Amino acid sequence: MGKTLFDKIYDKHIVSSIPDGPDVFYIDVQYIHEVTSPQAFEGLRQRGIKVARPKQVCATADHNVPTENQHLPIQNDLSRHQVSTLVQNCEEFGIDLYGLEHPFQGIVHVVGPELGVTKPGMTMVCGDSHTSTHGAFGAIAFGVGTSEVEMVLATQCLMQHRPKRMRITVEGDLQKGVTAKDIVLYVISKTTAAGGTGYFVEFAGSAFSSLTMEGRMTVCNMSIEMGARGGLIAPDETTFEYVKGREFAPKGADWDKAVSEWKELYTDEDATFDKEFNFDASDIEPMITYGTNPGMGIGITQKIPSAADIGATTVKEIESFDKAMEYMDFKPGQAMLGKQIDYVFVGSCTNARIEDFREVAEIVKGKQKADNVTAWLVPGSKQVEKQIFDEGLAEIIEAAGFKIRQPGCSACLAMNDDKVPTGAYCVSTSNRNFEGRQGPGARTMLASPSTAAATAIVGKIANPADLI
Amino acid sequence: MEKFNTIISSAVPLTTENIDTDQIIPARFLKATTRDGFGDNLFRDWRFDKNNDPITTFPLEDPKYDGSILVAGKNFGCGSSREHAAWAIADYGFKVVICSEFADIFQNNALNNGVLVVTVSAEFLAKSFSAIEVNNQAAFKIDLKNQFVELVASGDKESFQINGYRKECLINGYDNIDYLISQKEKIAAFESAK
Repeated sequence: MGKTLFDKIYDKHIVSSIPDGPDVFYIDVQYIHEVTSPQAFEGLRQRGIKVARPKQVCATADHNVPTENQHLPIQNDLSRHQVSTLVQNCEEFGIDLYGLEHPFQGIVHVVGPELGVTKPGMTMVCGDSHTSTHGAFGAIAFGVGTSEVEMVLATQCLMQHRPKRMRITVEGDLQKGVTAKDIVLYVISKTTAAGGTGYFVEFAGSAFSSLTMEGRMTVCNMSIEMGARGGLIAPDETTFEYVKGREFAPKGADWDKAVSEWKELYTDEDATFDKEFNFDASDIEPMITYGTNPGMGIGITQKIPSAADIGATTVKEIESFDKAMEYMDFKPGQAMLGKQIDYVFVGSCTNARIEDFREVAEIVKGKQKADNVTAWLVPGSKQVEKQIFDEGLAEIIEAAGFKIRQPGCSACLAMNDDKVPTGAYCVSTSNRNFEGRQGPGARTMLASPSTAAATAIVGKIANPADLI
Repeated sequence: MEKFNTIISSAVPLTTENIDTDQIIPARFLKATTRDGFGDNLFRDWRFDKNNDPITTFPLEDPKYDGSILVAGKNFGCGSSREHAAWAIADYGFKVVICSEFADIFQNNALNNGVLVVTVSAEFLAKSFSAIEVNNQAAFKIDLKNQFVELVASGDKESFQINGYRKECLINGYDNIDYLISQKEKIAAFESAK
């Protein structure tokens, strides 16, 4: 009986197993940021213990940082305190930190891959649900709570139950204007926001293997939005090419040895999954969400469905649907195309990599954004920011009337000052359209960078396929 | 961690489905560096209006409901991994959350903080909401040792799953970190064999 890619990696990381209980599961790398780590370090202090393997921890500041004037002290007292607590903790416990002044600073899930810290076959955690991003490299990566952050700091291990395995296969060619973000929003609209609960997902098929690493990261990033703990894609030449030469990538003979091991990372033909989905890539059009969870997405040319259309049958399901409609001030049957919007946000760990800004530049080149739209473009890291300027994308984007801000999580979760006002509509390339996610009362519609760019130009929800 | 004993209490109903951790504790309240005081901001934007006045139609602010049990619509705790959500629930005074389906990370976070998550069938969840509707103070009994939940008035019972290790930890107040630290030699041996 063959093994799945997930099981191959999982089995190699079991230290021991407790009967009728979890496995002691080894973690190769832990990423940390300022929001979910302070209480974990405090726990270590209370127990009088050190970080077990400080060289296997990688830290950056992202959630709370301003995206303007980063050279100045952070204005908000609580945010400043949280970021300075991270600096102190990293110093005290001997952890490398890519903080605000560092040329590698950025969103943790952008920084890890671009530095080559993330590699195929690894196990990785972070106190952040979007750690699933790193699965794009053929790794087991998932979000944990702060108690678990403390466990890994203390012992480099977690108590882990083996999840069930799901495979989502998408075969075929993509339509014009359809990107990685659209594929994953389409998949979640089919599985629902809870369809992956209890599973780890492998994404397979030509629609994924033809994606760049940036695209694969977008897909795996959002596996948590279907409730899955994580998602992964078998590594291939595209993966190796991306990792090669990066700061922490293996070099010389180590590189050849690593690649030969990574080539063993695939699901055996006779391996079985607990659940499988198959989709046709040509059915996917640019996607947009209309509700308050990421499963409430439709093709951009479609009309908002009714509760019955999406299979809501119980009173509670219908009430929950109605609550979402009321929050968004939408009605079933309305078209999404042409809906006037107020904000566009291109950023977040889902879509703030160089390829995302290339997509934006391609659409906005030689055009002007609409007057009614405030557009924020927030690069995922200092390195991405530099690349935007080096490649001449900044010039194109700024000429179109957009402002490029400094790296951080920004309006994805509005922990800093980048908030969408109450009642305003925002087309966002981030990952969550929950109530109040981008600020109290803010109304979020998730879409790809191409759709966000097209929408900013038109001032209303627009199909990027019409502007390419 | 506090030891978990059998609980008999009334419950607060939250029928909304897919309640995410941004609702349980909005991101702007995540700036603390300690674990204390999150209960005040539990469900902040559903409990209080713009003027910080309580919204009494929301069950947590509705005086007719109280108790140490929260009964919630399916897929509770989805979204962000923030353990602050579990801290807020525990700090507010809930010891148990009953639901037909929990998000994975939330489930771990709750258990790591001594909050028992009880997964029941959709039918039992519906019965639980009805029982509270009929009598706002309807008593629930949660027996962890024997792994069942009971609606005391009707005697309706359902057993729930929890793995033996977790159950031992909760009943005895053990925590995972202590266990892992006790495994240090095994972990070091694993590393050198890699």
